[in-house]
Amino acid sequence: MQNGSGPRKHTIAVLVENKFGVLSRVAGLFSARGYNIESLSVGETLDPSVSRMTLVVTGDEFVIEQVTKQLHKLIDVIKVSDLTDDDHVERELMLIRVNAEPQHREEILRTADIFRAKVVDVTPVSFTLEATGDEAKLEALVELLRPMGVQELVRTGKVAIARGPKTRVRKAEAPKKARVSDDPKVVGFAD
Amino acid sequence: MKMSGARMVLECLKREGVDIVFGLPGGAVLPVYDALYDFQGIRHILVRQEAAAGHAAEGYARTTGKVGVCLVTSGPAATNLVTALQDAYMDSIPIVAFTGQVPTHLIGNDAFQEADNVGITRSCTKHNFLVKDGKDLGPIIREAFHIASTGRPGPVHVDLPKDVLVKEWELVWPEKIQLRSYNPTYDGHPGQIKRAAKLLVRARKPVLYVGGGAISSNASAELYELAELTQIPVTQTLMGLGAFPMEHPLSLDMLGMHGSYYANMAVHHSDVLVAVGARFDDRVTGRVDAFAPHAEIVHIDIDPSSISKNIQVHVPIVGDCRRVLQALIEAVRAELRDTTPSLAREARKQWLAEIAAWKANHPLRYEWDDELIKPQYVIQEISNLTRGEAMLVTGVGQHQMWAAQYYKFKHPRRWCTSGGLGTMGYGLPTAMGVAAAYPDRLVVNVDGDGSFVMNSQELATCHDDNLAVKTVVINNGGHGMVRQWQAIIYKGRFCAIDFGPSPDFVKLAEAYGCVGIRATKPSEVVPALEKAFSTPGPVVVDVWVDKWEYVFPMVPAGGANTDMILENPTAVVRDKAAKSQTGF
Ligand SMILES: Cc1ncc(C[n+]2csc(CCOP(=O)(O)OP(=O)(O)O)c2C)c(N)n1
Ligand SMILES: [Mg+2]
Repeated sequence: MQNGSGPRKHTIAVLVENKFGVLSRVAGLFSARGYNIESLSVGETLDPSVSRMTLVVTGDEFVIEQVTKQLHKLIDVIKVSDLTDDDHVERELMLIRVNAEPQHREEILRTADIFRAKVVDVTPVSFTLEATGDEAKLEALVELLRPMGVQELVRTGKVAIARGPKTRVRKAEAPKKARVSDDPKVVGFAD
Repeated sequence: MKMSGARMVLECLKREGVDIVFGLPGGAVLPVYDALYDFQGIRHILVRQEAAAGHAAEGYARTTGKVGVCLVTSGPAATNLVTALQDAYMDSIPIVAFTGQVPTHLIGNDAFQEADNVGITRSCTKHNFLVKDGKDLGPIIREAFHIASTGRPGPVHVDLPKDVLVKEWELVWPEKIQLRSYNPTYDGHPGQIKRAAKLLVRARKPVLYVGGGAISSNASAELYELAELTQIPVTQTLMGLGAFPMEHPLSLDMLGMHGSYYANMAVHHSDVLVAVGARFDDRVTGRVDAFAPHAEIVHIDIDPSSISKNIQVHVPIVGDCRRVLQALIEAVRAELRDTTPSLAREARKQWLAEIAAWKANHPLRYEWDDELIKPQYVIQEISNLTRGEAMLVTGVGQHQMWAAQYYKFKHPRRWCTSGGLGTMGYGLPTAMGVAAAYPDRLVVNVDGDGSFVMNSQELATCHDDNLAVKTVVINNGGHGMVRQWQAIIYKGRFCAIDFGPSPDFVKLAEAYGCVGIRATKPSEVVPALEKAFSTPGPVVVDVWVDKWEYVFPMVPAGGANTDMILENPTAVVRDKAAKSQTGF
């Protein structure tokens, strides 16, 4: 569909039944409809029968609306929330191993300190750092370490949580799937 | 109660009210067939190829409104079934398909006849299950039927490893199914319904555009009431045919690529378009930005993801078509009590007059010939002879479109055709499923000479199980629909469309123990059909038709619906059509 706002990154939280095959259902949905997942992370919630996925997807209003509706349509999906425009906190964890030449060791440690990164492994020739933060912070850290020589880098993908009283994960009681017709944001029409 | 997993499958089917299973045995499901040996109350119909079991289940489901069931073995049988599953998925047909699987400890070992069944069917089912533990068997089967038949209906696949079938288990049978992650919305939002009612009452040029959802939700009576109450004309999609009687003065027949001139014109000029259980498929809309450009669109659908997927709508109503229409009728009545929009009433009269003029000037038409049988004529005669009451099934191609155009549909649930997927070979096996469900009704399969041979082996099933399908082969010596596209859009560069001619359909029918009849002249058509319809058992009528006949109107794929080609085109029109060949 045409018109509407241009593409941007959305962070979508999805509560799913913790059953085998669910990840491939979600991944399959994206490949079948030609949407691109930029990052995906999955983990158990307080209720072990429910997992939570955090997806980062780029798309315009209509693509995101379709992504949300198609996710809802999967039988194992319990709840979908687009956190992008709600007040929320995002974090990502990164492990990065850099060359540790004697002339650089000081500087690496100083940089790590500024970014509140932890040194989790040391060898005579390398440091491995653990850092968490939002995307911009991690990118900045990588840029500063790049001149020393980055050997390997791994990121978990983003996880996100809403702020304040609106916690998305409840313990015992299962959240009900929102009625799309009730939700002006999903359908695009308020009464 | 303790029993083998295999017996439990049958016991659960019986509890779900299943009376017929279409299937074909093999290693991994043999335990189920062994249990079937002395199981009472379920009729098994042995098909000759697994896709046919799936299509037969579709035919059963579409016409009865109940869930259709098929049962096949692992590996190649499961992959054979895939076409039928995708077909049912695209047309929202509720079926539950069981496949055998290698024993759980061999899964992933590349065992004999192993395939990743649930991996393969994941994208062509509404949902699927691999049963890893017998205690889950009862609940899974219950959920499978629940999911297939509720919300937007669709196929569900259950994969049954052999060891689960062999071992003894305690039957677990939940009385109620409650899934926290699956709660379809049935009742429309009252505020939205009120908005829709206001639009309907004030519209000057409204049209109802009705799809398969009106059939699945059994909304015909409500649709009829709404149309008469508001005097809004009704056009139907390929999947919606039968939802509204075609003889009704408000009927605009089918819309879209091969829709009627008046349906496409009415939609184009409408100011309010009400979509009921239809999904704005590209074969209906043509170029989307030129589809109903002046209309405010109301969309009633049980599947929220159908709404604003292809076309942005103004009043979305998520819910069951029947229930929403009931509420909408009430809201319209209330609206009519409070206000008398006399302007709209006058305008409505003019609108119907405008449509009547389109109908009079551009009816569906073809040229008669004394020597060559025109395919449209065959359908007209089938329609006349059966008074629009037959159970009608088709293959895919020109004959399918002519059946949709020239058969005068009267009732819902008497029409099965492969709409979304366009599956050649759908006709005979689907008709078989219908005949199994309705042994006392006339079941006619209008098939193409190309489509029919994709599953003609099922004549054997028809013969053995006395499924009295009357197949009428519209024999145009090849892939007529492809011939049409090559003629109109590919400048007459005909390639890979003509048949030998082979086979001889009369002899083919006889080889399977069925009756074969041939008609080669217009005067032979009615006698051949009469004989076929009055002969008991399965019959094949081979009708040799004019192979140079094309389906009109035709909107070239990607064109606007108002750019209909109405008759055999001139070189200029062909050139124009050749420029828009997106989508084929
Ligand atoms: C399984 C499958 N393969 C190919 C096609 C493409 N296709 C669409 S119509 C058609 C020709 C069908 O020929 P026939 O059944 O004789 O019908 P006709 O158009 O001649 O009436 C073909 C090949 C299809 N729809 N399905
Ligand atoms: Mg043909």
